[in-house]
Amino acid sequence: MQNNSKENTGTEVKEHEYLDCKGLRCPLPIVKLSKAVKEMAAGQTIVVEASDPAFKSDVRAWVKTMGYELLEFKEDPVQTAVIRKS
Amino acid sequence: MGHQTSEKNLQLDRDLADYIDKAVAEKVGEKLNVFQEQLEQIRTQCQNALDSQTCNRATLVAFSGDMDKLIATFIIATGAASMGMEVSVYVTFWALAALKKKTCFKGKPFTDILTALMLPSGPTRLSTSKMNMLGAGPAFFGYVMKKKNVASLTELIGLARETGVRIIACQLAMEVMGIKREELIDGLDFGGVATYLADARDSKVTLFI
Repeated sequence: MQNNSKENTGTEVKEHEYLDCKGLRCPLPIVKLSKAVKEMAAGQTIVVEASDPAFKSDVRAWVKTMGYELLEFKEDPVQTAVIRKS
Repeated sequence: MGHQTSEKNLQLDRDLADYIDKAVAEKVGEKLNVFQEQLEQIRTQCQNALDSQTCNRATLVAFSGDMDKLIATFIIATGAASMGMEVSVYVTFWALAALKKKTCFKGKPFTDILTALMLPSGPTRLSTSKMNMLGAGPAFFGYVMKKKNVASLTELIGLARETGVRIIACQLAMEVMGIKREELIDGLDFGGVATYLADARDSKVTLFI
């Protein structure tokens, strides 16, 4: 926990990480997301934008499996998910 | 007389105390051993439970050499790896063609040269399970998939390896098909049925495609 909070303060400047998955098809959005989140510290959040119609269902399944938190999901105008790594 | 009796009694008391101490030590020792055994058992059980919990594995068998089925296999493989699973893809028989980087004829017996001539020479040369139309199908689907931004089989295999998917080529099938290791892409593992089963029995997901 201590380590994490230390890392958090180091990246505090950036409120959210951002990942653009627009135009990518299954399984790439999940592959990229998993890669990006792997490099984040616990407690950090990431905003993902995707156009793959499967993303809506896939991101929920992915978050559930990984034990992370889906803070927000919007579909209009592009699918946008906000995820917190825990 | 009285002095002697009390001396005797004292000796008796001491003997009794010694006896009790000994008996207690023995019993405690016995119990301790039992406890230790039980503790050891619990410890192994806990370790097993932990091990099976960390066995977050997917084991896939790629058997078919159809492009479409192989695409499905590698999409599932990369997806599983991205969901934090340990993924192994066992590639056997017709699917081996998808791992080929070149075809060698030199030094091969006649039958192996024949199979080499008849088998597809790589992931871009595979047919589709439906609508193959003498090879027009794969070309058509290749074009459509590219247009719709869907990853090709070659890209998916690359992606699978990037995400840490282990690819194991079946040694027996290579023998039957007359395929040598140097004809396949680098970084593969090689194994047989026991390797597959050891993985599969600890896997949450197993598929034969």
